[in-house]
Amino acid sequence: MNQPASSPLVESLLDAPLAPSGIAWLDAARHENRTAFASHGLPDTRVEAWKYTALRALAQRRFIAADESASNHVVDAETFALPGIAGPRLVFVNGVFRGDLSALENLPDGLSLQPLSQALQGDAEPLRFSLSRHYREPGEAFARINAAQACDGVVLRVAAGKSISAPVQLVFIGTAAEAELAWHVRHVIELADGAELTLVEQHVGSGEQSQLATLVSDVVVGEGAKLNHIVLQNSATGMTQIRRTNLRMQARAEATLHLLELGGSLVRHDLQAELVGDGATLRTRGVFMPHGRQHIDTQLAIRHQAINTTSDSNWRGVASDRARGVFRGAIVVAPGADGSDAKLSDKNLLLSPSAEIDTKPELEIYADEVLAAHGATVGQLDERSLFYLRSRGIPLGEARALLTAAFCRAVLDDLPSADLREHLSNLLNTHLPA
Amino acid sequence: MTMLKIENLHARVEGKEILKGLSLTVNAGEVHAIMGPNGAGKSTLGNVLSGRDGYEVTAGSVIYNGVDLLALDPEARAAAGVFLAFQYPVEIPGVNNTYFLRAAANAQRKARGEKELDSMQFLKLVREKLKVMQISDELLHRAVNEGFSGGEKKRNEIFQMAVLEPQLAILDETDSGLDIDALKQVAQGVNTLRSPDRAFLMITHYQRLLDYVVPDFVHVLADGRIVESGDKSLALKLEEHGYADLASGAAA
Repeated sequence: MNQPASSPLVESLLDAPLAPSGIAWLDAARHENRTAFASHGLPDTRVEAWKYTALRALAQRRFIAADESASNHVVDAETFALPGIAGPRLVFVNGVFRGDLSALENLPDGLSLQPLSQALQGDAEPLRFSLSRHYREPGEAFARINAAQACDGVVLRVAAGKSISAPVQLVFIGTAAEAELAWHVRHVIELADGAELTLVEQHVGSGEQSQLATLVSDVVVGEGAKLNHIVLQNSATGMTQIRRTNLRMQARAEATLHLLELGGSLVRHDLQAELVGDGATLRTRGVFMPHGRQHIDTQLAIRHQAINTTSDSNWRGVASDRARGVFRGAIVVAPGADGSDAKLSDKNLLLSPSAEIDTKPELEIYADEVLAAHGATVGQLDERSLFYLRSRGIPLGEARALLTAAFCRAVLDDLPSADLREHLSNLLNTHLPA
Repeated sequence: MTMLKIENLHARVEGKEILKGLSLTVNAGEVHAIMGPNGAGKSTLGNVLSGRDGYEVTAGSVIYNGVDLLALDPEARAAAGVFLAFQYPVEIPGVNNTYFLRAAANAQRKARGEKELDSMQFLKLVREKLKVMQISDELLHRAVNEGFSGGEKKRNEIFQMAVLEPQLAILDETDSGLDIDALKQVAQGVNTLRSPDRAFLMITHYQRLLDYVVPDFVHVLADGRIVESGDKSLALKLEEHGYADLASGAAA
């Protein structure tokens, strides 16, 4: 069930010609995904995964494919500086790799990090599995156009048994161009068996100019490997950002994801996690805090496919003004995934009568001996707590901010470093609704 | 010098009249005990004075240091020196006790046009008060009242009072639910804070607290009014005869 396949958005995205890569399988995959995008267009709200995020307004807009001057935009490095953290860094401006802003010298032993555009010039075969994928679900329109158009992104590998001590930074900057831009990036991230990595992914930008960005990541965490992945989404106010993360976890792999969804006008993140190895453990912690007229939609789909796998998701949503937050947490414990433990909690605060939060926990269990706990709440700030703070002299606005920050802070626990904890906490504080 | 002058105060909660013409004058340096049976309006008085929502004043006035107290927001009352020790202190997970207290102290200082305290200055102040109040600094590192025992919560209220140094402290059944050791500690804290510039309004159901904090005046609140006032001997009389006689005497 789709909207008419053709719309100004679909037409404008198809205006961009396919750039030949010189790699036959890649060109074929791009072509097929492009054809699927052209014939199916965008999903409408009858597609379950898009029920609460209507694309009607977006479908009427037009975006230009390439920013000819993306290599020349002046960018203030302060916008993505992380206090106390200095490590390898890849920076993209409007979807284009910027070597001048990146830090790729003296990479630690065991880390391979380069832009996709460069990786494709070498041996592209290791990327074939990820990049030749066909997206078949009706809700996967943006993954299709991403697969067709993305020519750059991040290719990161950590060799078996290697622990990378300094966090690796990935930075995506949206900055005003001559026209309203669409850009697409594609990432392939692999931690081989026993590898360890902390990854800090930042989305920043400036200005009100409209942009559409699609970002698709394939992340594989090998046997016994450990990934800490922190995503700070603080895009410019005009950004429409559609992200998708395909996470695959092998036996005894551990992944801890922290996501702060703060910026953008329309933001959608799909996390599709597959726990395919015995004893794999996934933790997700996130805050989405839309204000003004922002719409922020997070969709978790976690599949337990092996025995004794664990997932623990702890999320907070705060919506103010006329903003809307959407959270879907779908957990499937597949047949045979006995002894699995699946927890999900999503607590939300509505700070204005015109704000809306739609939260939908879903749990399907087909295995035995499974522990599962599921919960979602939507509420308001506690009047008794507000009065307690005010009775001590704290003005109403400050009291509200203090309680909202406290509400969110629980999900910042188990961040890998105090510097990061402080940075995220400060970032949250600067976004608290007045 | 008159600090607080309550005249003919009438107040409603959820449409029900609770205070029915209460009058009371408190001077700087005095300790007043307000006693009375359950449902007399004791806690309502504390809540009206501190500005809690849901309490509608229908008649009368409250003048505090020359200003109309009822016209002020709760935070402005706090900045003006009014402090309510809660009967049921609220747990606030995720907000550190020290952070909270510093935010409160600085908000009050800011409202009064005073210079805010930096973290070093504040820590010094807090350490002094901890020592005076004989409270372990372990309390500081926890979230506000979270997981505190009943006694710890009440001691934390008194500790906050010590740090915020109010002019008018209202203690709403601070003695309730305390064992004798905790009661003594709380009383000792209050006694330490007694001063010629500060007044206390101690709302209590039992005479017990008054053995340790000796009041200058005792008032009996019944059916929304002060029906009898006297010195500390009145509290002993109440202990002996109960509230029944007084309430019926008032009605007569």
